[in-house]
Amino acid sequence: MTDHIVKAYDQDITSLKTMLAQMGGLAEEQLDNAITALSKRDVVLADQVILRDEKLDILEREIEEKAILTIAKRQPMAMDLREIMVAIRVSSDIERIGDLAKNTAKRTHAISEALPRRLSTGLARMGSMAQAQLKDVLDAYARRDDAAAMTVWRSDEDLDALYNSIFRELLTYMMEDPRNISLCTHLLFGAKNLERIGDHTTNIAENIHYLIHGKTISEGRPKKDVTAMMNPSKEL
Amino acid sequence: MDQISPAGIQSIPRIMAKRPTRISARKVNIFYGEKHAINDLSIEIPDRAVSAFIGPSGCGKSTFLRSVNRMNDTIAGCRLTGEVRLDDKNIYDADVDVVQLRSHVGMVFQKPNPFPKSIFENVAYGPRIHGLAKNKTDLEEMVVASLKKAGLFDEVKDRLHQSGTGLSGGQQQRLCIARAIAVNPEVILMDEPCSALDPIATARIEELIDELRQNYCIIIVTHSMQQAARVSQLTAFFHLGNLVEVGDTDEIFTSPQDKRTQDYITGRFG
Repeated sequence: MTDHIVKAYDQDITSLKTMLAQMGGLAEEQLDNAITALSKRDVVLADQVILRDEKLDILEREIEEKAILTIAKRQPMAMDLREIMVAIRVSSDIERIGDLAKNTAKRTHAISEALPRRLSTGLARMGSMAQAQLKDVLDAYARRDDAAAMTVWRSDEDLDALYNSIFRELLTYMMEDPRNISLCTHLLFGAKNLERIGDHTTNIAENIHYLIHGKTISEGRPKKDVTAMMNPSKEL
Repeated sequence: MDQISPAGIQSIPRIMAKRPTRISARKVNIFYGEKHAINDLSIEIPDRAVSAFIGPSGCGKSTFLRSVNRMNDTIAGCRLTGEVRLDDKNIYDADVDVVQLRSHVGMVFQKPNPFPKSIFENVAYGPRIHGLAKNKTDLEEMVVASLKKAGLFDEVKDRLHQSGTGLSGGQQQRLCIARAIAVNPEVILMDEPCSALDPIATARIEELIDELRQNYCIIIVTHSMQQAARVSQLTAFFHLGNLVEVGDTDEIFTSPQDKRTQDYITGRFG
């Protein structure tokens, strides 16, 4: 895209993009570490994640301030306006992703040593899927790639499907032996966090579509999270 | 944004579905001597709505605006081909009385230009020369009604017989609007009506435009993108004598289809 006549305007928008890229990178790292911490029960790493979440909060605030100031100064139109609005929305999604990563990391402390291997692999798989989606959507944002964003948008149902099966599995464990309940509850929340991260990732994908086309996606997103309707006494 | 729809694919603006067409231009070309100022322009302008013409200086927007009440006739060497229809009548037909036409299509200019006469006489002038008033009382009522419609009456009611040029810039512009609407036009053309005014006077005029659009077909040429976005329902973007894009204002300013429109409204032209 050609430059603005006023160079400082370009700088305003570029610095928004830079801050957002920084934020995205940090969130990816946080999620990666949170999953590793949980599956390896690495409390030191978990604490690191918890501590660093503040950085994401600060970045979000900075992006918001910069965006508001740019709107006030430049009265952005068309693509510029969308660029700024999307930056605000995406930063808030990333901030939420950071919170969910932090919450996942926190649960490391509560999980006992005896984590059944099968359970941790399921969660790790979900984690790497969420991570891949986050990475793909942030790349799509940086490249302004609508097709890539739409791929992420559609693949959220895979994450939902995996979440359903983990949900079922954890329920089975809990029914088998009530002593598993505490552990499984934490794992369930962990899985739920990852599923929520997937939702924020699709939000970002929707915003990329809006950014590029100026229109919101009209079709409904395929959703497969059916856990709200699951009843263990009937289903298992 | 580099992906743009191919030129020529433009949907019909939503505002055109809600309002009847008042003015329609077909294949209009305007020349100043050798210079081709407007190139094969066709557009439909809705009634009871504000249409904004935007574009860089020299793009032809004012030229086209002036063709709607044949103000270009006064410019030597200016020539027009094609049709400009007001309702169903081509205003360039041989049997059109230009003076009559201009009473149907009023105009407000960039710099307020009241006559060096009293406020009352400024507004009374049009109805008088067009013989619209039956008697003195009738004329007075017309003047008061026009001043009220222009949102100026309360400010000037005690000094109607003082000179119009003694008013502030914003008041003078509203006086010119009152003068334009005194002859009961159907269309009001505004050529950058706020460019000489301060923000408060500008806001008053914009408020007035918003009220007037209930009853008139208004076309405004403006260099202020924000103003076009605020006051209009239809926006047309001109560039180098071409009508590049026309659409609902809210779409033009959030997601224009043509790259030239995008570049212009986001401040990237040059």
